[in-house]
Amino acid sequence: MIETLNAGVAVLILALAIFTIATRELFAAAVGFIAYGLLLTLVWAQLHGLDVALIEGAVGGGLTGVLVIGSAARLRGTQVTASAERLGASARAAAAIVAGVVAAVLAACVLALPDPAPTLAPQVAANMTATGVGNPITAVLLAFRAIDTLLEVIVLIFALIAVWSLAPDGVWGGRAGPRYDADPNGILVYFARILPPIGVIVGIYIFWVGADHPGGKFQGSTFLAAMWLLAARAGLTDAPPISRVWVRIAVVAGPVGFVVIGLAGVVTAGAFLAYPAGYAKPLILAIEWALMPSLALTLALLMAGAPQRPGVP
Amino acid sequence: MRAPTIFGLCAALLVGVGLFGLIVDPQPLRKILAFNVIGSGVFVLLGAVARRGAAVGMGGDPVPQALLITGIVVAFAATALAVALLLRLFNATGSVTLSADALDEVRPDDGNA
Repeated sequence: MIETLNAGVAVLILALAIFTIATRELFAAAVGFIAYGLLLTLVWAQLHGLDVALIEGAVGGGLTGVLVIGSAARLRGTQVTASAERLGASARAAAAIVAGVVAAVLAACVLALPDPAPTLAPQVAANMTATGVGNPITAVLLAFRAIDTLLEVIVLIFALIAVWSLAPDGVWGGRAGPRYDADPNGILVYFARILPPIGVIVGIYIFWVGADHPGGKFQGSTFLAAMWLLAARAGLTDAPPISRVWVRIAVVAGPVGFVVIGLAGVVTAGAFLAYPAGYAKPLILAIEWALMPSLALTLALLMAGAPQRPGVP
Repeated sequence: MRAPTIFGLCAALLVGVGLFGLIVDPQPLRKILAFNVIGSGVFVLLGAVARRGAAVGMGGDPVPQALLITGIVVAFAATALAVALLLRLFNATGSVTLSADALDEVRPDDGNA
């Protein structure tokens, strides 16, 4: 029974991916992509990756979806010029052959995966007690592979700097995107007033339980960023000018705290990002608390995009 | 067929579909979408491998699952940057073509839209 459902989900996802690629309408492609991203969360649930399902729904389906649908709306008129550059039939056939070969090789690899599968789960289980956290994913993210997580949050800052640097010279240091205005009695403003208090609590809850259950700072901060985005799109709040000192401090505070705790590990535990015995859990929680606001702000500012207006009206 | 095999094969096909779209479609936003389809295919493939590594009461190998969380967030950051670049190109030139001939015809705006 469940296998039939799995096969059904797989077929549906493939169909949505093909629709996203094949449809002629840019806007339809963006909508198809959002549905595709949300359906992927079912795949993650079936693959027993609840933490991944949460992040896929929040980031892969949610934030990326808002991003592409917003830009699809702005680029609507460019559809015609783009279709004039369509590749010839022979080039398309060659592309289909290349894509088909890549897919076939990957499928062959899937069928040839070793059995029993190699796994690090026993090692994680054996060493998890030393970290004090109950969620193995959090133990990997902040103890065993903390360097990956550190580099990831730094990548987010680099991406934000790159997006900011796309500002035209005249509005450098200004506010991102247009100032949104919505009908104050409309449904969007209504939702933007009702939903954020609930969404913020859900986000903080997902963050809070992350130490012992599926969830964590990435999923939680995405919720917070989404709630801010909703309020901004409804015109209830505005993006801060990127020249503000507090914005810049808030963006780097979390990663800096992470690096400081990591460097402290050199003295107290003999290695970068190592935790002294018995202090692992408080330090992991400290890093999570420090990262959460910075991540939420960075994700929100990445969604807002490059500055387009002067900071001072 | 077990779930990791079904979704592993699905992921292989997703990579193929995305790759085709990335090569064939001239519209940059759709190239970004296609690239994300490739990316999610790779993620699902890794997720299937993680699921096969289920042991000692864990539903999957937590190491690749944690790397997936990292990967999905970084993919979002890259997408946000790509979309911002595209919108900047659109604001500066009024079109989103990536064709070299067409770009030569567009009058530059001295770097400031």
